[in-house]
Amino acid sequence: MSENTTKKTTRSKKEDRVAIVSGLRTPFAKQATHFRGINAIELGKMVVNELMQKTELEPKLIERVVFGQVVVLPEAPNIAREIVLGTPMDVHTDAFSVSRACATSFQSVACLAESIMVGDVSVGIAGGADSSSVVPIGVSKKLSLALVDLQKARTMGQKLSILKKLRFKDLLPVPPAIKEYSTGLTMGQNAEQMARDRGITRQEQDELAHRSHTLAAQAWEEGKLDGEVMTAYAEPYTKDPLHQDNIVRFDSTLDGYAKLRPAFDKKYGTLTAANSTPLSDGAAAVVLMKESQAKALGYEPLGYIKSYAFAAIEADHDMLMGPSYATPKALKKAKLKLSDLDLIDMHEAFAAQTISNIQAFGSTKFAKEHLGQRTKIGEIDMDKFNVLGGSLAYGHPFAATGARMITQTLNELKRRGGGLGLTTACAAGGLGAAMILEVE
Amino acid sequence: MSDNTFFTFEQQDDGIAVISIDLPGESQNVLKMEFIEELQPVIEQIKTDSSIKGLIIKSGKEGSFIAGADITMFGKVDTAEDAEQLSSSGHRFFNALEQLNKPVVAAIHGACLGGGLELALACSGRVITDSPKTKLGLPEVQLGVLPGGGGTQRLPRLVGIAPSLDMMLTGKQLFPKQARKLGLVDEVVPQANLMKAARKCVNDLRKGKEKKTPVSSYFSVKGIQKLLLETNPLGRNIIFDQARKTVQKKTKGNYPAPKKIIECVEKGMAQGMTAGLAIEARNFGQLVVSREAKALISVFFATTDLKKDNGIDSDAEAIAINKVGVLGGGLMGSGIAYVSVDKAKKQVRIKDVRTEGVNGALNYSWTLIAKKMKKRIISPSTARHTMSYLTGTTDYSGFKHVDMVIEAVFEDIKLKHQMVEEVEQNCSEKTIFATNTSSIPITTIAEAAKRPEQVVGLHYFSPVEKMPLVEIIATDKTADWVITTCVELAKTQGKTPIVVNDGAGFYVNRILAPYINEAGILLSEGVAIEKLDKAMVKAGFPVGPITLLDEVGIDVATKVAPILQDAFGERMATPKAFEKLKEDDRKGKKNKRGFYQYDGKSKGKEVDESVYSVLGVSPDKHVDAKEISERGLLLMANEAARCLDEGIIRSARDGDIGAIFGIGFPPFHGGPLRYMDSLGIETVVERLQYYQKQHGDRFAPAEILLTMKENGENFHS
Repeated sequence: MSENTTKKTTRSKKEDRVAIVSGLRTPFAKQATHFRGINAIELGKMVVNELMQKTELEPKLIERVVFGQVVVLPEAPNIAREIVLGTPMDVHTDAFSVSRACATSFQSVACLAESIMVGDVSVGIAGGADSSSVVPIGVSKKLSLALVDLQKARTMGQKLSILKKLRFKDLLPVPPAIKEYSTGLTMGQNAEQMARDRGITRQEQDELAHRSHTLAAQAWEEGKLDGEVMTAYAEPYTKDPLHQDNIVRFDSTLDGYAKLRPAFDKKYGTLTAANSTPLSDGAAAVVLMKESQAKALGYEPLGYIKSYAFAAIEADHDMLMGPSYATPKALKKAKLKLSDLDLIDMHEAFAAQTISNIQAFGSTKFAKEHLGQRTKIGEIDMDKFNVLGGSLAYGHPFAATGARMITQTLNELKRRGGGLGLTTACAAGGLGAAMILEVE
Repeated sequence: MSDNTFFTFEQQDDGIAVISIDLPGESQNVLKMEFIEELQPVIEQIKTDSSIKGLIIKSGKEGSFIAGADITMFGKVDTAEDAEQLSSSGHRFFNALEQLNKPVVAAIHGACLGGGLELALACSGRVITDSPKTKLGLPEVQLGVLPGGGGTQRLPRLVGIAPSLDMMLTGKQLFPKQARKLGLVDEVVPQANLMKAARKCVNDLRKGKEKKTPVSSYFSVKGIQKLLLETNPLGRNIIFDQARKTVQKKTKGNYPAPKKIIECVEKGMAQGMTAGLAIEARNFGQLVVSREAKALISVFFATTDLKKDNGIDSDAEAIAINKVGVLGGGLMGSGIAYVSVDKAKKQVRIKDVRTEGVNGALNYSWTLIAKKMKKRIISPSTARHTMSYLTGTTDYSGFKHVDMVIEAVFEDIKLKHQMVEEVEQNCSEKTIFATNTSSIPITTIAEAAKRPEQVVGLHYFSPVEKMPLVEIIATDKTADWVITTCVELAKTQGKTPIVVNDGAGFYVNRILAPYINEAGILLSEGVAIEKLDKAMVKAGFPVGPITLLDEVGIDVATKVAPILQDAFGERMATPKAFEKLKEDDRKGKKNKRGFYQYDGKSKGKEVDESVYSVLGVSPDKHVDAKEISERGLLLMANEAARCLDEGIIRSARDGDIGAIFGIGFPPFHGGPLRYMDSLGIETVVERLQYYQKQHGDRFAPAEILLTMKENGENFHS
């Protein structure tokens, strides 16, 4: 730890900081595998329930739950409240839900942190859950219109005339949209554009994916994740319990990645299923407390929130550059330089997006053109970067990823004897999030 | 009409009168003769008062309508004739109510059982609330009697013969939805609308509107069955024959009430209401004074009494239990976790050394909860919410705030000591350590404890969700607050707890051992396995001793046996037969190697003949079934007497209930101690001495029996 950081840590000690007392996640599972048929709410309940147990936290102490899901189940949009009502939590625990696409649990943590900072609450749980295995399958727009009209229709004749307009294809179920509502582009197309324009090669992307899997596998093998990943017992409790992420490749070889065909642009594309994060199921949550409250209750916090920032950029071009915009803002708020940080954890939605951001961090041109600052954010030291691998290996249950990164970074900082860490993510709609954490 | 003791009477502007039943000084209403006598003249007046257009009968008690007839009434009659009179006067009142020239509607919220339902049946309409507290049924058969207030006549006429027999022969209680589906009630409404619905029902009846039967009932299997069988005498005979066969199979002729119920319905349906009521009154009279009814009623009172008992003699108070820790996710641990979550509504944290063990325990509870969900007794969200109260772990995370730990790990003293130490390290200072051991003395387990006053035995029986008994075992160090906390927890788990003192085998296993051993001795002498089992089933046990061994596990039984032999000497000597089987790796059902065959179709029904060669006997010895059962019963009763004498059990009541609920001791005998009372202590001593001469000293009568014989005493006054 540099002298500079030590000084800063001592200074902030006087304030009542937002402490992250503990964090937990389910293992992340590939779509329709271990958590087949288990929806996001059940995953959220699973992780929050176990987090309370592991933290020995009395339900009555929890004042607020902030949670999120990206693929919202129409029958229960307020996942946070469903978690409170569906577990042994206290009914008087307030709960609301947020959405910020892939950065959703950064948002839920930020919302709760703000509630703590303004003195609204002093103990809460934040997190997110997503299932790609239980998704709302809807009806066609025509059928949906007809169904509403039918409710209004009074006579048999009116009803018949509505039904007459329907064709067979209108009756087929419609899976959830993968295209962005505003731009009509898929996430893969966005990342493909970024790789294309920057000339990021297939080889570079595959190497990052291989790195991610290798480091993640190593982290598991060294037992580094055991404390922060729960064993998942899933209804009807007949399948073997899941102890580990089933996406991480424990036998990753670079050759393995080369065999795959491009997934989005079949002709000239460089993005494959292996260098993009797979659809997955999982949930993650953290316990936040006002520092003084944590200490009064006898907890030794994992770490503290130093600063955070969000950024919004263009959504139809270079959409996944969020980290490069949000990070300088968060650094500025914390009065830190990138070189002050001991760890950098960046969400890997696609290898191409990750490499694009790594490039931007080290580019003075980018800083001048896009950030209006003369100096670059900073060259990323790959020895500090995603040291336990990233979303390419772990998978990415959208709303759970942020909380996964926060807990993982805090624990790694702790193992390294403390310090400062950055967690940052891009999100659909051209959004970006960055959060700086400190561990004493 | 104002000075009534048992009810209030009120006439409303719309001409509808309301009788609100409210027995003074009672938490719930029961049907008493005095109440009927007070109500009779009121009904007469209503008949002639032209300003009254109709009547509603409701309860003034919160959460119960009428819970049944006043059972103490049965104890007061001496002869069958008196009891018949009691029934007949009830009939006269119900007939008057039924024949009243104005509509009478019962507005029912809460328990409406026995005499309460019979009152409702005599009304012209019934509306009930949709509350889970609302239950309807005729449970008289469980007390060895029959519905003597016209129930055997009015119920089949309302809902059909087969469903009414089902209700009366099992005594089962119907939920609101089931009652409506059966046509037992006219409408189910939320509690706030009960009186509105009752008024509407009165008005509809006045206008002569026909009652609506749910359309679906015509198309159901039951509806079709009713059409085919109940509308003609031939079909009815099939129903009655079938019912008789089922009853015989289930009761082995030990219980007279079911047969008499069938007789009442059959005669009543063939010869009409008046003849039916006459036979009902006569049968009721005979049953009330029967030995079986007296025993069953004594069991009922003992159970009620136990519900109020806090298990201790001091005024120590139970602590609140919010969270229970269970150690071991095996069969017992899983069952204990289930009743703690689903019945007692506690948070439960289960720990097993393997995640597969945890998963198995979760699956055990989920299977039982999902069954209720599939039957629509609970909603999927309630099922999952309940399930969320059960979590599992392989370490002690989540154990810090546990109020009580119940261990159900292997029966190994080293392991138990390790559990005691770990719990003291990982839980709070107030955490109670309860062990579900079935063989190791609690005092021995408590030796490893820093706080032995918080160590207690909590002995459940398998399968936990079905077996109603829990033995709570106190050592001389166990604190009273610990004992009474266990009593309260067991009650919330839906169990009947008895508090016993620590000693080898505690109570239940100790009295079970000589009974099982006797079967082993008879088997070694060459008495066929099925003969032994059949004799005991005929005597009223739910299963025979050999089947029980297979179920519980021969290895488990042989583990308890030496402890008992060490403690009590020769009379508890384990028959060599059991040792031989253990050596042959026969553990019973669990490893599919036991006395019975567990492969193929007839699982556990056919004797595995190869057992005889292992034992070196040929199964051709004849011993009279009566002798087999008498030897078993006497040995069990004799040991129970010793337990009472040594202060292992706190009372004869506990001894009786423990044997019935823990072993399935024939309930119609009222328990082993009551069984000896009814035989007469002198006879018991005589019979024991007779067998002692023939088979040895294990039959020697307990000291206490000899003393009691001298003094002419009984166990129960």
